[in-house]
This record gives sequence, C-alpha cells and structure tokens, in this order.
Amino acid sequence: MSLNPEEVRRIARLARLELSDEETGRTGDQLNGILAFIEQLQAVDTAGVAPMAHAMDVVQRLRVDAVTEPDRREAFQAIAPETEAGLYLVPKVIE
Amino acid sequence: MIESGLTQLSAAMAAKQVSAVELATLFLDRIERLNPTLNAFITTDRDRTLAMARAADERRAKGEAGALLGVPLAHKDIFCTEGWPTTCGSKMLANFVSPYDAHVVSQFKAAGAVTLGKLNMDEFAMGSSNETSHFGPVKNPWNTNCVPGGSSGGSAAAVAARLTPAATGTDTGGSIRQPAALCGLTGLKPTYGVVSRYGMIAFASSLDQGGPMAKSAEDCALLLSAMAGFDERDSTSLQRESEDYSRDLMKPLAGLRIGLPKEFFGAGMDDDVRAAIDAALDQYRKLGATTVEVSLPNSGLSVPAYYVIAPAEASSNLSRFDGVRYGHRAAEYGDLADMYCKSRAEGFGAEVKRRILIGTYVLSHGYYDAYYLQAQKIRRLIATDFQEAYKVCDVIMGPTSPSVAFPFGAKSADPVQMYLADIYTIAVNLAGLPGMSIPCGFGAGNMPVGLQVIGPWFAEAKMLNVAHQYQQATDWHRRCPDIGA
Repeated sequence: MSLNPEEVRRIARLARLELSDEETGRTGDQLNGILAFIEQLQAVDTAGVAPMAHAMDVVQRLRVDAVTEPDRREAFQAIAPETEAGLYLVPKVIE
Repeated sequence: MIESGLTQLSAAMAAKQVSAVELATLFLDRIERLNPTLNAFITTDRDRTLAMARAADERRAKGEAGALLGVPLAHKDIFCTEGWPTTCGSKMLANFVSPYDAHVVSQFKAAGAVTLGKLNMDEFAMGSSNETSHFGPVKNPWNTNCVPGGSSGGSAAAVAARLTPAATGTDTGGSIRQPAALCGLTGLKPTYGVVSRYGMIAFASSLDQGGPMAKSAEDCALLLSAMAGFDERDSTSLQRESEDYSRDLMKPLAGLRIGLPKEFFGAGMDDDVRAAIDAALDQYRKLGATTVEVSLPNSGLSVPAYYVIAPAEASSNLSRFDGVRYGHRAAEYGDLADMYCKSRAEGFGAEVKRRILIGTYVLSHGYYDAYYLQAQKIRRLIATDFQEAYKVCDVIMGPTSPSVAFPFGAKSADPVQMYLADIYTIAVNLAGLPGMSIPCGFGAGNMPVGLQVIGPWFAEAKMLNVAHQYQQATDWHRRCPDIGA
C-alpha cells in the first residue's frame, strides 16, 4: 500500500488540513513509511478474535436526565476567535 | 530543601520551619535561574503561585494539615487550569486560557497544593523526545545535548533538575514512563480509568491516562492518592472505592514473583541498559523476590497496532480544533471549509498533522476493516498475553526504554524510528494496565536507566511497594544532575 500525491490530497481534504504542494510530497513519503510499518499487522491471523475497543469491559453509565451544568456562555465565548451577540461567527455558509 | 520528599516538605511546614510562600519562592527563583537552560516550563505566574501559597498558609494556620497542603508542584500543559494558559505544546492553543480546571487539577487544589507553573511537552502529547513542542525542545538536565524523552519531557526535566518537587504527566504510549527513565525519576501510569481524564486534553481516549512523576515511589503514592478517584464527568472513570496508595509501601518483598518477558530481553535493548536492568533484578532477588521467564508473544505487534489505534482516535479528537470556539484561527481565508483547512494547517505542527492524516486514512471508507478493526483484534491478543503471564507472576519487569537519552535530532527525521523508542511501554497502554519506571542505574555517558514495573489491573499499591522497597535498598533515585545552583 502506497499513497500517491492525489490520495494524500484527498485524505488531507477529509481531515480539513491544507497542504502545500511541497508539503504533500514530503508528507506523502513519511505517510508511506508509516503505512509500510503498520502493514505487518495484515499478516497476523485474527480469525475469531473480537476487536478490543476499550481496555476494560465496563458498561456505559447513564445519568439522570437533569441540568447539571451552570450557564457559562460568557466565559466560554470570551476565548473564541470571533463572537457577536452571543453567537460564534463563521464565514457565510448560506446565500 | 530542594532535595526533600513531599512528606518532609509537609513536615517542615507543620513544624513552622518553612512556609508555603517561602517554599514556592524558593522553587520560583530556581525556575527563573535554570529554566532558560532547560525550557521545561512554558508558563509561570509568580502572582498566582504566591496567592495559592498564601491561601495554603492560611489554611494551615486555621488547623488544616493535609499531606499536600502548601506543597508546590507543576502540571503538564495538557491539564486545563482555570486562569492559566493551557497550550498542550501547540500553536493551536498558544493563546488559550482555560475557563475551567481539569479534575486532577481541582483535586490538587482541594488538597492545598500550590501550582508552580505549566510544563512543556510534545505537541498534543505526540512525541517521544519533546522535539515536537511549538515552544521548543526541553533539554535533559543530565546532558543538555540530549532529549528528556516525551511526551511529558518538561515534567521529567523539571523534577530531575529540582525545579519542582513533583509534577503531573500523562501517558498514552509511554509518555510518563519513558521520560521518567531518561531523566532518572519515578513515574507511574495508573490502570486505565483510575484517574479522570476530565479537562486533560484528549489525544487517544481509550489509552490516555494521567499520573504522577516524582523523585520517589513514596512521593508518587501520595500524589496518586490525591489524583485518583471516580469522576462522573469522565465517562470511562471507574466507580471504585478510593484507595490509600501508601498503605503497602513498607511490606517486605519476600515471595514476590517477578515475570521477565523473554521478548523484552532479546535483541533491541542496548548493552548498558541491559547491565543496569540485570543488576536491579539481582537486587530484587536479594530482597527476597524470585524471577520467572514469561512470554508476551504478541508484544512485538504493539507499536504497529498503536500507530493505527492512537492516530485514529487522535484524528477524531483533534477535529474539535476548528478555529470557531477556541484556539487558532487563520488571519485570511475564503469560505468556511477554507477557514478550517487554513486554521488547522497553521495551528498544528508536522507530527500532529502526520498522525491526523494516518488516522483519517485508516478510518476512511474501504480501509476501516483492514487497518482499524484488525489493530483492535491484535490489541486483544496483546492484552490476553498479559493475563496469561500474571498466572505465574505478581509483577512484570523489564527495561522502560531500549536506550538511554539520545541526542537531539537523532531520530527526528524518521517518524518510525522515533515510534520505536516506546517499544517496551506501548503494550501496557493497549492492555490498560498500570506501569511504572524507576531509576536503576546509569548507562553510556552517565545517563539514567529506568526499570519498568508492570502490574495487573489495579495493582498500583503493590507496584509502589515493589518500587519503594527497592528505593530503601538503593540510592539511584536520589542522584541529581549537576546543573548549577
């Protein structure tokens, strides 16, 4: 498995990361090095083995459906790049 | 005073030999002198620190006497601290001031500990040498041409250089144990779920775990007793009775069965490391322990399995950095997608980008089963190996790192070589087990060597006992680098 520059650009788009042409080449080489390294996993026989998503077999807790957090909108918005009238500002998405 | 353990510092304050304000001042002055050489701290704030110290002195004057009241310590900059910058070693969060405290931070605050500052680290905890920090690499106090290890390299260097009596760290694949080994400290990664991850900036959520880094097992036990405990704000925090991790420190080791995985003692470990580990095992036999060979046949797959699972989780976790609610936003952009792409391209460093891209790829359509699911199956094989081994031993021992601290630049050009620095530590995270590193001698260039102790789930008190008894019989943990006053 080896990624060509077009595939590297596709993955970068999925990850919302801008890569310059120069970065695409260099990053692609490094990604291919890492992919070659993890390729050894393909040779392992894992028939009948259940995937382990979590270190411990515990059941997800449920909590009471009640408000527990105080309203801290001002503190949270104070650290945002751009806000107005209690809203987060982003470039226009709907014409 | 700078050589004292936490219990002695606490006793000195109780006996009115020193105040919390005087102690904090002593360490802040030392940080001011030595940090320009070491780069261990990203942030200090004398006013905030001294305010916390004054509050601790007032609490003591009113009759309070907790084990950590007035004790100075410092936090890895991955723990959110209200009112302090929390950068995670990244340009992305260079100007982020947390609006709340991590659970670990609030536990220490409640105990009256005094925060000396925030410690440097690999960006988003991704690295084994501290070379990926946006704020520049941390220097190893034993030799400033060498790396301190990572990702908790600032924590390790600061404790080793006695800039702080103790520090917090986090460990996703070895990030407490490997820098502890490379800087000659005692560090413990608890069982997954013992320490709350609330407010600890997420890297790989099924592996991340916070823990203490200090000069001795005795100090780590005190710190872990404060850090651990159920927290409903972390969905994977375990509901267990709280523990006094110091309770078993004095137990003799007669009859202790130490498992030695043959896979940890093969080729790959440097000779100087091997000599120190062998001598430590001899010391354990003198203390009454027996050793037995065990096998972890799938442990060789732990690094490749980790480099599927951890990047996959990271790519998902780091999607929250979008330049909208907090963190870096590019100055110029077109539409919304362009704002995301440019903000993230500018905010993240090269290693973080690589891991996001690998994670995005292994989770993408058509590759999920081949990479991610296969790695999760191998994760189970690795965890099962440990369960088999613990049928014939109480703890497992081996090297923490295959080599002593390496020079800057030695591995940074080849990501895979850097990843292999964690070859002995990563399996422990995949299995969710507790792991420790304790100083056990010196190798080439008079650089510290760490002995790794791995326990079954929830064996922290036992491991601290095993480490403490060794530290009663040896003085490696008291050795201190000569970096000037």
